[in-house]
Amino acid sequence: MQGRSWFRMVSLIIGFAFLYIPIVSLIVYSFNASKLVTVWGGFSTKWYGELLRNEQILNAAWLSLRVAAITATIAVILGTLAGMVLARFGPFKGRTLFSGLTTAPLVMPEVITGLSLLLLFVTMEQLIGWPAGRGMTTIIIAHVTFSMAFVTVIVQSRLAQMDESLEEAALDLGARPWKVFFLITLPIIFPALLSGWLLAFTLSLDDLVIASFVAGPGSSTLPMVIFSKVRLGVSPDINALATILVVAVAIGVAIAGVMMARQQRARDRDAQMALAANQQMIESLKKS
Amino acid sequence: MNWLRRWLPSGRTVVTSVPYLWLLLFFLIPFVIVLKISFSQSAIAMPPYEPLWQWASGKMLEIKVNLGNFAFLVEDNLYWRSYLNSIFVAGVSTLGCLLIGYPMAYAMARSSPSTRNILLLLAILPFFTSFLLRVYAWIGLLKNNGLVNNALMALGVIDQPIQMLQTDFAVYIGMVYSYLPFMILPLYANLEKMDLTLLEAAADLGSKPWEAFIKVTLPLSMPGIIAGCLLVFIPAVGEFVIPSLLGDPGMLMIGKVLWTEFFNNRDWPVASAVAIALLLFLVLPIMYLDRAQNQAGEDGERK
Repeated sequence: MQGRSWFRMVSLIIGFAFLYIPIVSLIVYSFNASKLVTVWGGFSTKWYGELLRNEQILNAAWLSLRVAAITATIAVILGTLAGMVLARFGPFKGRTLFSGLTTAPLVMPEVITGLSLLLLFVTMEQLIGWPAGRGMTTIIIAHVTFSMAFVTVIVQSRLAQMDESLEEAALDLGARPWKVFFLITLPIIFPALLSGWLLAFTLSLDDLVIASFVAGPGSSTLPMVIFSKVRLGVSPDINALATILVVAVAIGVAIAGVMMARQQRARDRDAQMALAANQQMIESLKKS
Repeated sequence: MNWLRRWLPSGRTVVTSVPYLWLLLFFLIPFVIVLKISFSQSAIAMPPYEPLWQWASGKMLEIKVNLGNFAFLVEDNLYWRSYLNSIFVAGVSTLGCLLIGYPMAYAMARSSPSTRNILLLLAILPFFTSFLLRVYAWIGLLKNNGLVNNALMALGVIDQPIQMLQTDFAVYIGMVYSYLPFMILPLYANLEKMDLTLLEAAADLGSKPWEAFIKVTLPLSMPGIIAGCLLVFIPAVGEFVIPSLLGDPGMLMIGKVLWTEFFNNRDWPVASAVAIALLLFLVLPIMYLDRAQNQAGEDGERK
């Protein structure tokens, strides 16, 4: 057994070092005074200043953040509906196709998704005149389409773990299905919706290939600007940008983690109180 | 009011049809259009292709089906070599993910429940930071005066920098690095569920730990291995960003070929034909993945 736990430690250390060394190196070199990203020239925060004066990057970041927020919200709504259908509705006509349509965007190479959506938008514009031109709307539609698949998987697996008897009890007590959904199901699967929202937000903020296909001229997202910059080689202000993103993500994940832990504790407390009340009732019944 | 209820769709239908219609319109129909355009002739116009059918002189429906784009794919061996090379690169990357991801997922699943959650979070966290920037980080690490070369020279392992950036090696590193979470998560989910008493039983019956691993753990984790490999392999075949940032500019990858046909050559019909050919190749793995996921879901419900 000794030898095996040693092996486990080593594989974890190597694996996590592989995952984190590049990210750490990005952060360290964002504070490098030298323009040669890999030669250390002393500590400096000048690249952050340069980043904040770069209007092209700021405009692209603002567009990307808006697109990501709208995308994540629509993707959570559609993904939750799709997850409900797959986890609760049982077999229905067309289910196989539906399940295939929710799985395929997860793995579909981005170049194919991007090309096919662009051709759809061009054809639709010819036929019905909408969407007129390409820009924020077309990027959002494209991003919702692939990120809702991720939300669907998260919601579906959360619903599969959930105790269905709670929903059945509410239905037996006469609640309408939509009331059961909003009062019972939604609060229980809320953490899954939150992580789904965060995931969809990041996927949208991160996407280069699909956005390049469906964005029109003048609507460059942040990844598109970054890509055209780093194609020419390393540049320290991109390191500064990466550092800001990593810190933001870390804070976001920490907040989500604390919220989920707090919810879990509240649920545990409710369960204990319910149990205690039950106990009291039994005691009083015994006395009478 | 009863007649009204009969005519209005039920709540169930509404809930099903909203995501269903979205996916049909924005995911399935686009492929039909790609198929259509792959049969048309490219033209200098906007959009840059000729219509597949049109009303000739107002009366006759004229249909022009052009198989030239597909003939072009078969004749020009650039495309063949790109397809084969993409499959090869994706296969090697998948294997690399499995070799690093399996021990990690195994170690995570066998740790105590409290550390397990922290390790899981650590494995997912890089996935939440920008993929593009994480690939970019490797440029700084792998270039000739980069961190890896400097470290190896300082240690005296090499006295001249090794050319690593713009090689296939850099692409493999980037692929394994970016897709590793897709391998770890299904493997972890599978290994965590495993009934450990089976291993005790194997030990009681006299098998050594590695024998028990080969004969019990490995076969039981097969669904996780298959799901992880498909989740890595399918998107890796069409990968564009990693080979264009880390690989040799002349490296043949089908995702890059499609990108060049579309953006640089503005040949939409050939780009569509490339996409259709790639899709035909990927349809089987995708269907297999969907079936595997549905089975996993049903197993979960049974428990």
